[in-house]
Parts: sequence; C-alpha cells; structure tokens
Amino acid sequence: MSEIPKKEDVEYWRWQEYHRVFSEKQWKNKDIITAGVDVGSVGSKAAIMLDGEIYSWGVMRTGSNSPDSAKKALSWAMEGTGLRVDDLKYIVGTGYGRVNVPMANKAITEIACHAKGANYIWGPSVRTVLDVGGQDIKAIHCDETGRVTSFLMNDKCAAGTGRGMEVFADLLKIPIEQIGEFSLKVEEEPPPVSCTCVAFAKTEAMGLLRKGWSKEKVLAAYTHAMAIRMGNLIKRVGLEKEFVITGGQSKNVGIVSRIEKQLDVKCLPMPDWRENGLDPMIAGAIGAALFAKALYEKEQKS
Amino acid sequence: MITAGLDLGTQSVKVVIVKDGKVVARSKAFSGFDPAQAAEQALGEALKEANLSMSDVRHVTSTGSGMEMAANSNSTVSMMGADAKAGVHLFPNARTIIDVGAEEARAVRCDDNGIMMDFVVNERCAAGAGAFIEAMARALEVKLEDMGLLSLKAERASSINASCVIFGESDVVSLIHKQESKPEIARAIFEAMADRVSSMVHRLGVNPEVLLVGGVAKDVGFVAALKRKLGVDILIPECPEYVGALGAALVAVNRVKKV
Repeated sequence: MSEIPKKEDVEYWRWQEYHRVFSEKQWKNKDIITAGVDVGSVGSKAAIMLDGEIYSWGVMRTGSNSPDSAKKALSWAMEGTGLRVDDLKYIVGTGYGRVNVPMANKAITEIACHAKGANYIWGPSVRTVLDVGGQDIKAIHCDETGRVTSFLMNDKCAAGTGRGMEVFADLLKIPIEQIGEFSLKVEEEPPPVSCTCVAFAKTEAMGLLRKGWSKEKVLAAYTHAMAIRMGNLIKRVGLEKEFVITGGQSKNVGIVSRIEKQLDVKCLPMPDWRENGLDPMIAGAIGAALFAKALYEKEQKS
Repeated sequence: MITAGLDLGTQSVKVVIVKDGKVVARSKAFSGFDPAQAAEQALGEALKEANLSMSDVRHVTSTGSGMEMAANSNSTVSMMGADAKAGVHLFPNARTIIDVGAEEARAVRCDDNGIMMDFVVNERCAAGAGAFIEAMARALEVKLEDMGLLSLKAERASSINASCVIFGESDVVSLIHKQESKPEIARAIFEAMADRVSSMVHRLGVNPEVLLVGGVAKDVGFVAALKRKLGVDILIPECPEYVGALGAALVAVNRVKKV
C-alpha cells in the first residue's frame, strides 16, 4: 500500500459552501413556511419553502456532530432573510443524519425526499433519479407525483461517491469543483482503472502517474470506472426516461457526460444553477420541505 | 531433493527452500516497484542462508499475484493451490484454509491430499484485507504492530462503518473527536474486518479444522476477532506469511516427480 499523502495547506477536496435567497419573494404574507434539513455524510443542506415554493437554501460541509450541522445548515439557509426558527411551521429532517435533526418535527428517508425534490426541480416527467451523495449512490424510480416506486443503493463502498472523488482531488491536487472538466481534457478516453476500490485505485493511479500518464488521463481513467459503476446500478434498477442526476456529483461534467454515453441517454439539463438558483445538491432538502408542507396541512385538518 | 517456492505478493515477496520435505531457509523482500528484482534478491538470500547455490535447486515454482513476473521460475501454481498444499502439509486435518494478505483475502476448501476443492476470493475491496488495518492504524495514529495488543485491552467495540477503508478512515477520525478509547476503536476495526472475512468463509462452509495463514494471521487482534465470529478454534502455523511460498516449493517437488 502506498502512503496516504500528508495533509497540506491547500485542501483540494474542499468545495464551496453556497447559499441563496430569492429576495424578490416575501415570506411575511405567506401562510405555510416550511423547511427541509438534509444532513448527509459529507454535506448538510437546508431549504426554506413558502407555500411550496423555494425561498432560500444553504449548503455546507457536515461536521463531526450531526445536530450541530443540522442547526448550522438551517441558519445558513435563513441568513439574511429575517426568518427565525419559530416562523417555520413544520421542519422535516432527512439524510444519513436525519434522526439527529433536533428541531425537526419528523424524519423521512432521503430516497423519498430526493424523488420528491427532483419532481419539483425538473417536473412530473422525471422517472429515474440517480442520487450521488457523499457516501452512497442511489438509483430511484418514481411516478409523476414524485412518489418512489422502487430503488437500489450502494452504501458499502466509496467508489463513485462524492467522498471517493474528494480523495482523488487530493491525490491529483486538482480542486474538486474542476475535476469534471479536467477529466475531459484528454484526446482519447483511456481504459477505466481496473480497481474500483478507492484504496486500491489510489495505488493504481500513482503507478500510472509514474508511468508518465498526465493527471488528466489518470483522472479520466478513474472517472470512466466510476461512471461505469453508476451506470450499472441504473441498469439494474432499469432506466426509464426522463432521467436526472441529483447530489454533488451532478455538477461533475466528467461523470455526467460519461454516464450519458454509457446509457445512451441525455439527462434532463440542469439549468445553470448559479443563475437559476437551484443547486442539485439541495434536491433532498427541497423534497423534505415539500413533505413538511403536506404534513403540516394534514395536521391542520385533523 | 531441493526445491524453491516464490510467493510474489502485492506488498512483499516470500521465498521458501525445501529439502526432502523440510524447510531449510526462508527470506522476504518488499515487492516495491520491481517485484521480479525483489524475488531474485530474496531467493539469493535464502540460498545463502541454506548454504546452497542455484544449481542445487531442482525446480522453482512461483505463486502470488505477481507470479508471472518471476524470472527464475520453472512453473507457477495458483495461490489457492499453494495454500491447500502447504496447509495440509503443516496440519494434516486442515480442510479450510483462510489466507489474509495485504490486498487480498481468500478461503480455500481442500481434501486430505491438499488438493483444492473450492475457494472464494475477495480481491476488489480493501476492507477485507490487511490494507484495512494499515489504513485504520494510520488514522488512529497507532503503529501497525501495536494494533492487536491494543484491541485486546477493550471489553467492547466502538461502532464504525466497516464496509469501506475510505469511510472507515472518516469514522475513526470522528470517534477520536468523540474521545472514544483507542482500544475500543481498535477492537471495532478488527471486528469489522473479521466480519467481512467470516462472511466470505461462510459462503464456502466452515469445515474444521480451520487454518489461518498470510501476514495478517500474525495479528493477535484479528485472530481473536475471527475466532469470535467463526465460533471455531483457528490453527495458526509458524511463519504464516510464508505458507504460500511453502506451498509453491512443495508443488515444485511434485512437478519434478512427474517429469
């Protein structure tokens, strides 16, 4: 086994913690203000919705303490809005740390939330959702209302997850937010690395670098292997159009374009999220906030 | 008759020289960038130790993931075949041989002649091999050789994500932050690995006697955890990391006899 590179000043794996408020909207005259808090293994996300419409959201790295991360993500989503937790009628927690969201009224699995969130972001034509999270990959089928009909997940292995990509960003010293573009800077697609295990792929990648491969080529070979892995998960659950990708890796063009090629399908395009204002990482939090609205309404009726 | 067995593993190369059914020399070298060179060096040292020269050796058989690379070798044998041969040679009643190396783990079922009947391998995932303990020791800031004894001090195990080296590393770091005791974390690491190895063995069936070989067999923490998981006694030979090379040297004897 090769040595794990020493910690350095530059943290290539670190991604930016985004936050957005649609300040043209007003929350004061709205009836139902709800929140969804998605505490993932790597990222914590929160979304605030006004009568079922997105108002603000925040994304940040999960710390070592889940309840803390949940609180911070929610405050981050509410920053600059004047909203207080008391203004929120109902909060749903989701994600890996969903039982550790102290202010949540209820916890719902992230599988249900991602399908619901994808339905909100892309519309009712979505049938297959690939959610690539920090620590697992899920292939989800849903109906036109965003209700889950079946799913498959891989949660035992870092290969293809966001965490695996972070390890590669560090190893190759390429900022995580650029690794997708970097992996496409090759004249010809190299064969995929033979080991999918991230621990072994590190060794293999270092061997390829020693052989004189460029960083781009090594990254292409690794990204290729990961895309095959994700594609196979989708094949097992069956690909039904329309197809979308959620989670942090949906911003990795190297992964997205290779999956599209492997499955011979086009993902519904994510409108440039910096302009459109919806980060595909927050699909789960949006879904949770929508469930929160439905649960609140049900509570009011009874 | 003098024969030699070379085991070109992912981390180290092992050499055993056998004379009339008895081991006369052992030697080991790091595989490094050039496993063929490492094999030659280890073979040279073993010959020196036994006071022999290459011309005294009738047949050299190599095994291990790099077996095709060995320059001085006359034939090859699969790792499973070598394990079975040596296992039954050392312990005539051994029927299940578990071999846990640096990057691979396997279990072999064999008959009373040391012929392999069936096997299972874990080669695609570091979580079931020695690499897992190495990575976790690094995360825990404990020397690899101290991990076993450390784990034996714990009454219980912490809870960790055992399925993946990468996730395991993050888990160990957060357990340290939570100030869980190092012995309990170490025990969790061994239990996790033993879990994976035992589920692999169960696919094959646990046929006594059970023999554990490979470098990881020297780790008392892993042995204790595997015993608990399998619920049977486990035999461990002297110099368990040389069992593959020994098997190759014994197979070499048969190859000479056949010619």
